[in-house]
Amino acid sequence: MSAGRLRRILVLHLAIVGALFAVQFFLPDYHHTNVARILVLATFAIGYNLLFGYTGLMSLGHAMFFAAGMYACGLCIYYFNVGAPGGFALGVVAGGTLAAVFGLVALRTSGVSFLIVTMMFGQACYLTLLYFNEITLGDQGFTLSSNLDALHRAGAGLAYSDPDVKYNAAWLVFTGAFLVSALIAASPIGRVLIAVRGNEERTRLLGYNTFAYKWLALCLSGAIAGAAGAAYAVLFSYVGASFASILYSIYPLLWTLLGGAGTTLGPLLGTGIMFYLIDITSGWTNAYLFVVGGSLLALVLWFPQGVMGAVRARWARWLP
Amino acid sequence: MKKREQQTTTRTADSFTLTRREALKSGLGLTAAAGAVGLAGGYLPGPLASSVYAQGSDQPIRIGFQVHRTGIGAVYGRWYERTSAAAAKYINSIGGIAGRPIEIVPEDDGTDPKRGAEVVEKLAVQHKVDFIYGPLFSHVVIGSAPRAGELKIPYFVVSEGYHVASGKLNRYVFQPGITDVRAQITSISSWVMDNLGKKVTMFFPDYAFGYDHRDYFSAEVVKKGGSIGELLAIPPTESSYTRYFPRIPADTEVLYHVMVGPGVLTFVKEMGEHFGSRRPQIFGFIDSLEGVDIATPGLDFLEGTHFWEAFPRYASNTDTRYSKAFREAVGVNASGASKQDPKDVATYSHMFGVWETLFVIKDAVEQSGYRSKKDYPALIETLEGFEWFNEGMAHPQGGKKFVGALHQCYGRQHISRVTGGKLDVVHTTAIEDGMYDAEGDYTKQSL
Repeated sequence: MSAGRLRRILVLHLAIVGALFAVQFFLPDYHHTNVARILVLATFAIGYNLLFGYTGLMSLGHAMFFAAGMYACGLCIYYFNVGAPGGFALGVVAGGTLAAVFGLVALRTSGVSFLIVTMMFGQACYLTLLYFNEITLGDQGFTLSSNLDALHRAGAGLAYSDPDVKYNAAWLVFTGAFLVSALIAASPIGRVLIAVRGNEERTRLLGYNTFAYKWLALCLSGAIAGAAGAAYAVLFSYVGASFASILYSIYPLLWTLLGGAGTTLGPLLGTGIMFYLIDITSGWTNAYLFVVGGSLLALVLWFPQGVMGAVRARWARWLP
Repeated sequence: MKKREQQTTTRTADSFTLTRREALKSGLGLTAAAGAVGLAGGYLPGPLASSVYAQGSDQPIRIGFQVHRTGIGAVYGRWYERTSAAAAKYINSIGGIAGRPIEIVPEDDGTDPKRGAEVVEKLAVQHKVDFIYGPLFSHVVIGSAPRAGELKIPYFVVSEGYHVASGKLNRYVFQPGITDVRAQITSISSWVMDNLGKKVTMFFPDYAFGYDHRDYFSAEVVKKGGSIGELLAIPPTESSYTRYFPRIPADTEVLYHVMVGPGVLTFVKEMGEHFGSRRPQIFGFIDSLEGVDIATPGLDFLEGTHFWEAFPRYASNTDTRYSKAFREAVGVNASGASKQDPKDVATYSHMFGVWETLFVIKDAVEQSGYRSKKDYPALIETLEGFEWFNEGMAHPQGGKKFVGALHQCYGRQHISRVTGGKLDVVHTTAIEDGMYDAEGDYTKQSL
């Protein structure tokens, strides 16, 4: 990759995280918290995009990684008062570890088989959370508000309920995942992942251990999804089994497809568009999911590569 | 208690008259007319109604309605919304709240906890409502309540879950319009054991709602000298129940069931095939059949069995005038279905909670002198001071005790027998039957 292209990528991504930081000072209250939510959910989509968009492995069980992070973080705070930073770290580790173990089994399959295996494992995780109801508090879930002490920094107590703390914590988590994703996309590892997506057989013929690359992508994807789940638990103070349901495996797929699979900006854009599409159209009609569905159909027909995929194809081929 | 009752409620047990505050604010002549019509159990005609609150009017009281329009709670949501519209119309017809018209601002939460929290945010911050009310499903309530607490906006749930009374939510969450599942179970347990039998086998869904039934009912059974033969938790994914029936001990005297969802029809049919004419006594919670016609083919086996109801679905000669007026207002016929579409069966044992909650908000606003959001602390403390809601148009299901420390009301429950494809009330509990030891105290939390 040329130094010029690398510089453009770096400038663009830093400009985006800078703009996201700056925008908090201008956003109205309602959108301030909404953008914080979008940043956390976009982090989940970034994790998904690493596996699906770059490596070409479509998963329908990614909610299990999100839930692994959410529950590892939430349960440790709820039962052991580990504190939010410790809970978050445990969430990342849980998402990554689950993905690492799961990958050793699931990556023996590919294509539709992989899709089915991920879906089955995802459902198994969901039912496990319900089965161990006495610990996980099952479908009803639990809140963390009364278990979270304020974060003390520079002598000041920063409550997680504070909108600014919420926003900046979400921004930090997103920035970390976003830059990691961009770094990978721009690196030789990213090129190999894209090669695996294009033609795994040929990549293997070139001497690459494609299993190891896919496993690495899955581990990173799971860890990032786990980070998003842990962040959601801390910042929005709720942990519940519905986040492990198949709906939350479909969401990151839709967000990624909408924004542009295999683009670093796609997950953020897709999550934001989908969030506001639902938020706005639900005020107009009960059938807002028809509107969402119609939009997705239009997207598939006219922009099959998603918004950022189309932008890249037409105007900015240098975008990672 | 008596003195407190007079302080904390605007209505008496045998009449529905406007308070002095309302009368002063709404204009004596028209409020007298309103009171007269209310006494007759009827409603204000449109032109009269629309002019009542105008005299003392101010900006409307905006109440955000978090409604399950879509998702698994849609049947409940549809009836909650109809009840809500009827209650708002009625409240406006009698002068609004503290002389201000009431405006309901609905937002669909998709029966999803994530969206629920977003809807709380939207109602509070974007729509700038005064209060939020309305969610039923427990996971949505628990997922949304933290945000309401963070935003410090009073949040009135109509959920019947034990989560509010457990003390695990926050000081801004109240459930003043419907009793909780623990109280319901505690209320009916004595009657079930005295009249149906003491050896019980339980069928319940294998998730939190079912566990409330399992834990609280089985504890009551043991406490009262009975025994539990088998606890059969049914996974939510189950579509056939035949493999569970052989596990029912032969000496079972009472089969207790609470099966929610479309599987209930199959459950009843297969239970009938298993037992034939030699069945134990059967007791269920109407939650299984909310929105479902009891006379549906396949449910014949339920003839002669018993159900818990909060508010009797079928009209009877013993209905109070308030109960009749409520039925009329929400557009439900004598069989518990929509007057416009008799196939559209109401969620009658839950939807009254929406009506009653709006009246509790009305009382709290008027008695606390609430004008704007800065008055939230006064409103919450006033509400926590309430001890009693008298039966009347504001509380057509019946009088209720309110425990301010738990933010939860306690009321009467009904046990009905299926007779000729209808539910006939055979027993009504006392409010005290459902009381239990408190596990929390919200008043100790800061505002």
